[in-house]
Amino acid sequence: MASGFVIRKNQYYDSVFLMSVNRRISEVKGVQQTAVLMGSPTNKQLLLDVGVKDIQIDAAQPNDLIVAVIAESPAIVENVLGRLDEWLEALQENTPSLIVRTLEDALSQKPNANLAVISVPGEYAAREAKKALEARLNVFLFSDNVSIQDELELKQIAAGRGLLVMGPDCGTSLIGGVGIGFANVVRRGPIGAVGVAGTGLQEFTSQVHNAGSGISHAIGTGSHDLSGKIKGLTTLAALDALEADSQTRLIAIISKPPAAGTLSALLERVKTLKKPVVGCFLGVDPGLISGIPNLQHARTIDDAVRIAIMCTNEQAVMPAGVLTSEELAAIRKEKKVRLPEQKYLRGILAGGTFCYQSQQILLEAGYTIYSNSPFDQKYQLDDPDHSVMHTIVDMGDDFYTVGKPHPMIDGTLRKRRILAESRDPQVAVLYLDFILGYNASMDPVGELLDAILEAKRVYLQRGAALTVVASVCGTEADPQDMNFQIKMLQEAGALVFRSNALASAACSELLGQG
Amino acid sequence: METLVNKLLSGPVIAINLGLKLFGVSLEQQGTEVVQVDWAPPAGGDQEMMDLLDDLL
Repeated sequence: MASGFVIRKNQYYDSVFLMSVNRRISEVKGVQQTAVLMGSPTNKQLLLDVGVKDIQIDAAQPNDLIVAVIAESPAIVENVLGRLDEWLEALQENTPSLIVRTLEDALSQKPNANLAVISVPGEYAAREAKKALEARLNVFLFSDNVSIQDELELKQIAAGRGLLVMGPDCGTSLIGGVGIGFANVVRRGPIGAVGVAGTGLQEFTSQVHNAGSGISHAIGTGSHDLSGKIKGLTTLAALDALEADSQTRLIAIISKPPAAGTLSALLERVKTLKKPVVGCFLGVDPGLISGIPNLQHARTIDDAVRIAIMCTNEQAVMPAGVLTSEELAAIRKEKKVRLPEQKYLRGILAGGTFCYQSQQILLEAGYTIYSNSPFDQKYQLDDPDHSVMHTIVDMGDDFYTVGKPHPMIDGTLRKRRILAESRDPQVAVLYLDFILGYNASMDPVGELLDAILEAKRVYLQRGAALTVVASVCGTEADPQDMNFQIKMLQEAGALVFRSNALASAACSELLGQG
Repeated sequence: METLVNKLLSGPVIAINLGLKLFGVSLEQQGTEVVQVDWAPPAGGDQEMMDLLDDLL
């Protein structure tokens, strides 16, 4: 085994770009392990953890590129590091056409700019967001690891200036048909949405589109907005903006449980709105949100879509809220070929909201579900890398993704987990979600296909059969070719559902007796 | 009074992208005007130096 590294001073690249270089290098024959990253303290620690240690690496700065390679022979290491410029240049081609050095230069190029999209590393994000707000720009803040104090300060500045801060930790928004971050291609229409839940908002907007209706705007707020500290500052600003927006006829709120005080403040604001509101507050007791004339409660995201379409009287096809007789027949068939020891569900999910909604649906059906992001704290997994009984994990959680690509961008993490689950003979059902849209993996199913087929083969060798359930979040207009993605899953023998709620209902049926 | 949020929703979106170039590319693919800032950690990522710069500006 041989290893080597190079450091390029003052050569900064963003994390997604570095991951694509990393992937390209790791595909070279004979390469065992690679690290392509900037010299931030966190990254240097990651290198130390895998045994790459050198005084020069200790001295590297956040602006310095570090490329480390472990390979079968010194010649391979030398070859890879020698070709570094080639890899960097080949992947640099895909960049926006107009590039400037500073925010000030950008504003002089586009003085009428109205939005800053910020995805710099968390430790620098609040500083850049503040500069953008001071320049009278609304902010979409994808970066996470921004302190709650900084978030509060940013949102207070925004509130004082009539601006919106979508984030931090905001994955998606659709503004006037333009998808920002991870967003699906969705037609414009009368339904507005506000969401703390990123993949929840993608599911809602995609399903509205698939039913034939459309979205005016879908505003992501960031995952902490409804906390007790932030008190829904962005959600409230978004509600006001959608109330004033002439395109929006109905407002949907998609969220995980808000802090108690924040929920009551939010409901007070909802009461003052003239437009009808659909509230999908996952994990909240419906009793807490009853008695408000213009607010309808939706138990699931699918319910929210149905109510929103019904209330806007669109000429849209209402999506079915229950499993069809064909789907139920397919489920019965799967249950017949199962061995007695196959009892458990394993959900290996990329979407945080999906992980949460699935748990809600299965808990309501009487199942105990363990998770790294549990609906009920009693069922927190001791070790997120090891499933117990019925387990659903959110593989986009920081536990898995520090220094590694999010499963919506790259399937590597989930692939390993699928293979690990297949070693447990007690698994009956494997549930996977696939999320399409801008900036997501261009072939999410293709990336996991080998692992799915391998898991099924392992079960066949044991004389058993593994049921694979899949849900696909997206639209036919998305860049990934949704129908082809679904076809690949069907050909691999998976039961494919068009929503996370339906897939969860299918999992419940598959686990049931009889 | 029309706020800056209302103006954003009235459109069109005109964006300045700091960070992942991928996000800028996808905005451009949708026909949105976008300027990419070729961002790097200010002052080489030195927090003390950044604070000093902030105080000066």
